[in-house]
Amino acid sequence: MISIQHISKSFAVPATRGRRSRGKGADFSYAAAVSGNPAAVAASVVQATDEAASTIASVLPDGTVSALSDINLEIADGDIFGIIGMSGAGKSTLVRTINLLERPTSGRIVVDGQDVTELSGADLRAYRRRVAMIFQNFGLLAQKTVLENVCFPFVAANGKVTAENRERALGLLARVGLAEKASSYPSQLSGGQKQRVAIARALACEPEVILCDEATSALDPKSTNTILKLLRDINRETGVTLVVITHSMDVVQKICKNVAVLEHGRVVEQGPVERVFDAPSAEATRVLLGRVDWDA
Amino acid sequence: MLNDFLAEFSGLLAQGTLDTLVMLFASTAIAYVIGIVLGVVLHLTAPDGLRPMPALNAVLGWIVNIGRSLPFIILLIALMPATQAIVGTSTGVRGVIPPLVVATAPFVARMVEQSLAEVSRDAVEAAEACGASVPRIVWSALLPEALPSIVRGIAVTLIAVLGYTAIAGAVGAGGLGDIAIRYGYYRYENEVMIVTVVLLVVLVQLIQSVCNYIARRVDHR
Repeated sequence: MISIQHISKSFAVPATRGRRSRGKGADFSYAAAVSGNPAAVAASVVQATDEAASTIASVLPDGTVSALSDINLEIADGDIFGIIGMSGAGKSTLVRTINLLERPTSGRIVVDGQDVTELSGADLRAYRRRVAMIFQNFGLLAQKTVLENVCFPFVAANGKVTAENRERALGLLARVGLAEKASSYPSQLSGGQKQRVAIARALACEPEVILCDEATSALDPKSTNTILKLLRDINRETGVTLVVITHSMDVVQKICKNVAVLEHGRVVEQGPVERVFDAPSAEATRVLLGRVDWDA
Repeated sequence: MLNDFLAEFSGLLAQGTLDTLVMLFASTAIAYVIGIVLGVVLHLTAPDGLRPMPALNAVLGWIVNIGRSLPFIILLIALMPATQAIVGTSTGVRGVIPPLVVATAPFVARMVEQSLAEVSRDAVEAAEACGASVPRIVWSALLPEALPSIVRGIAVTLIAVLGYTAIAGAVGAGGLGDIAIRYGYYRYENEVMIVTVVLLVVLVQLIQSVCNYIARRVDHR
């Protein structure tokens, strides 16, 4: 059970010129404007938020940019929980607070009764092993073979790979249908295959949760279906909780049981997927569902 | 005529080439030990790095910049007392290695820092999300991912240091630069000058080709 309690996150508008803020969470609006001077950056953020069509998070009175405000979600064990929203709505930032790649400014993440937002050092690393993650751009090590990539979590945990670890990794590669690619390098694989390697890597340490950050956004429809089916089957086989970040309603419809809709860093709607699809209450949901007159 | 030339100068040129190679590889190797550590620390402590420490980063940055702004010939002379203290002489091959290291390490630090910056952020983040510690990320992800780029940087560094060794010849370091100056410049032995230049050109080509070959072999992208 992951309980997200009153999570807020704001970013300081970068004071140093040309510094790229770490991580995708900070990727909205001002990332495009960081090349300018700080005043111009702030101005452009304000300007961007003024636009009605913009999905960009708001500028707070103290000059920081709010990416998430007061998010509350409960994600049950074994659930496939979708978090959907437009680009810049704060989805990636939210999911990255769950494994603390992004530290929330306020609020708590409580996993199985333990407040993980307090963790640091070895405890934090141990927690991260329970919460695997897959990424839009796969995040594979280009200079390591497929097998070495899948074994990386063992290296991360123990500094070495045992024969047993290797067996498990080979088993996982077989599970994702890439047994014969063990000694290939990521550059020799297609996008869908790379994501399957990333899934095998995510499974290496038998995680309780897998965070999927736009896992299929860079893939064609066929590979998307393969990946979604694989994720769903793994959820059924192992009972692992999946948190699925996406801007595609199609993805939510195919695999999610519950969904939260994020807009401007706030949850505007949440519930079981059928309910949200049948009777969307928020405008953002209707837009995401395509149930608006796009010619208007 | 060629035989006369070889009889007179082959020993000298062979010794000069050997001295140059010793200066080149010994100082570059030591500079890399220091430079990789500096480069990694610069990368990790940068404001957007894995362990942001703005103050340390700024101080290290200044030190590296100062090291890089001194012209080598000035550094060579300024360091002579220190060199004397460390290796017991400030001339010859041994006497030039400390100043070469001091001049090269900051250069290497920037080269390594740049190679590390090229590593895919996604891959580093994935390693972080796997629960890897920072030293583990450096050893098992960052440096291996940056290796081809680091090897290409070694070629650039070796060639720059080769230039420095020739400069060091001006103050009695030995090597091909020393021969070019003493025989080619002071004694108008044009043939000697031409042969040292040819030897230097061949060295540069060899260094570049070998490093390119290694970089290609270790690069799996």
